[in-house]
Amino acid sequence: MEASTEMNVAGDPQSQTYGVAAEFDTAAQLFHAAEKIRDAGYKKFDVFSPFPIHGMDDAMGLKRSLLGKLIFCGGLTGFLTAVCLTFIPSSFIYPLIVAGKPTNLFTVPAFFPIMFELTILFSAFTAVFGMFIMNGLPRLNHPMFNWERFKKVSDDKFFCVIEMKDPKFSERDVQDFLQSLGGQNITKVQED
Amino acid sequence: MSEATVIDQEKLTPEEKAIVRPPLVLNERTYGWIGNYVSSIVEAKTPIWWWVCLLPCVLLTGVLGFCIVYLIATGVGVWGNNHPVGWAWDITNFVFWIGIGHAGTLISAILFLTRQKWRTSINRAAEAMTLFAVVCAAIYPGLHVGRVWMAWFLAPVPNANGIWQNFRSPLLWDVFAVSTYFTVSVLFWYTGLIPDLATLRDRATTKIRKFAYGVLALGWRGGNRQWRHYEMAYLLLAGLSTPLVLSVHSVVSFDFATSVIPGWHTTIFPPYFVAGAIFGGFAMVLTIMIPACALYKPLHDLVTINHVDKMCKVIVFTGSIVGYAYIMELFMAWYSANPYEKAAFWYRAFGPYWWAYWAMMFCNVIAPQIFWFKYFRTHLVWVWIICQFPNAGMWYERFVIIATTLARDFTPSAWGQFHPTWVDIWMFIGTFGLFGTLFLLFIRFLPMICMFEVKAVLPEADPHHGGKH
Repeated sequence: MEASTEMNVAGDPQSQTYGVAAEFDTAAQLFHAAEKIRDAGYKKFDVFSPFPIHGMDDAMGLKRSLLGKLIFCGGLTGFLTAVCLTFIPSSFIYPLIVAGKPTNLFTVPAFFPIMFELTILFSAFTAVFGMFIMNGLPRLNHPMFNWERFKKVSDDKFFCVIEMKDPKFSERDVQDFLQSLGGQNITKVQED
Repeated sequence: MSEATVIDQEKLTPEEKAIVRPPLVLNERTYGWIGNYVSSIVEAKTPIWWWVCLLPCVLLTGVLGFCIVYLIATGVGVWGNNHPVGWAWDITNFVFWIGIGHAGTLISAILFLTRQKWRTSINRAAEAMTLFAVVCAAIYPGLHVGRVWMAWFLAPVPNANGIWQNFRSPLLWDVFAVSTYFTVSVLFWYTGLIPDLATLRDRATTKIRKFAYGVLALGWRGGNRQWRHYEMAYLLLAGLSTPLVLSVHSVVSFDFATSVIPGWHTTIFPPYFVAGAIFGGFAMVLTIMIPACALYKPLHDLVTINHVDKMCKVIVFTGSIVGYAYIMELFMAWYSANPYEKAAFWYRAFGPYWWAYWAMMFCNVIAPQIFWFKYFRTHLVWVWIICQFPNAGMWYERFVIIATTLARDFTPSAWGQFHPTWVDIWMFIGTFGLFGTLFLLFIRFLPMICMFEVKAVLPEADPHHGGKH
């Protein structure tokens, strides 16, 4: 392998390094790069693409998202809210007899629509806001945005970054490693 | 071979050709082209036709606003609703608009769960249509309560009168169903928009655009550590929206079906309303997508004739379900041996509103059958013309169900007819203005095609594309 050359630096050279990033042309290249980075034992790394790539979680060695379980809890909360909302007023506080219909437990079929709707509503809120929280959004800036080429991530380019926080991180090794994976425009990305 | 489509068809044997899926995006467009072209619609200078279309829409929205203010200031009596037809055009229009919205959710949720990848190029616009249709729908029951300033009584909050909502009432179920539907549709739509807003942010050149799209994109970076939660959220939102959309029109149909009025009191209503909603909604999707793609011709590579063909098949399928439901209603009226039920359907077909009944029958059952012929499914002008029949027919259907039933109930002394007033008519026309205004604003400021999803269905998006497999 040829000797590493001086890397480009994105952001303020005085501040701390966030990580070393590389650019790829195709989804397939990025996919195989992710597999190799995983196999090399790096933990703090991420790959960026204009669209979700099928099977990338496995390639990166990530587990299934926990969001599904969180949403179940959200849905359960919605269901219990609806049970309280319908039964407490209609059976206990202000029992209102309409057309001679019962106000006790036998009235439950009439409450199904409310229970169903609130289950869905709370689950949907959990899905969206849970996703925001797990993704750390909204976040108006990020070190990766210091790199001008990174703007192409939402267009047609693929990127990966190995963070400095990774215990195995060493600037020179990572640079060589990314180069061996076929990464282009290898750049040191600085924190703000 | 993976799910991806094959480009070099020449190398395949005839047997292989028969099973290979046709490409979803034509002319071998690249990621870059999709991003560039769809974003350029939003970034280019405002075209003249846009202003020309916006002006009448805004004027009609103004008329709608005037009618609403006049109604609130004067009283709900400015509508033609009167005994015995207490629900008239307002509820007809409410059900009509809500129904239109259903196609958007069907495309975005049900087709997502069933892995119908062709949905990617039409789901954004269809979801936008859903939201705008629900906005138009919500106006009517809001005003129908009469004293609009008392509308907060619909919400389950403790109040000084010690009165709570009657949770056994289908009208209250409707409040929950429609407001949940709108909220979840907004969340689903916005979640789908985030990666595309990031594209617009990254391409932005002016300060205002950078700020606006930057804030809306929430700092999305497209990292796989984000995508994995994102995809889970999107999948579950689709899973939640699917029963939701089926429930909304079922609950709307309960408004009628749980009453004891002949012609309303039937168990067939929920499935029949849902099928009708999808039927009318798909017709509306085509009604707005065909002109939009005609104005932006290269979009034909994304929204292809194949898409139109499939949507026409959905129309003929759901239209046939609706036709079956109409005939089954007649059969049940006869088979029930209930004189009131029989009379209700007799008056529908041959009573004072016979013209509405036969217009409904023709528009919904007979006209869409022409889509059995491929020629009519693949020629855009024909498709657009034929889609106007379901659009009109579904309005007639709701009018027939509501007005004819109320106009002729049990005793002749209680019979009467409905006559719309100018407020009824202008409010209905005005909602089309509002719908048009919102849709024009949408195509001007937001990407009308879901860019990241279309990129993901290109063959080269498959990580094993061109590999050793």
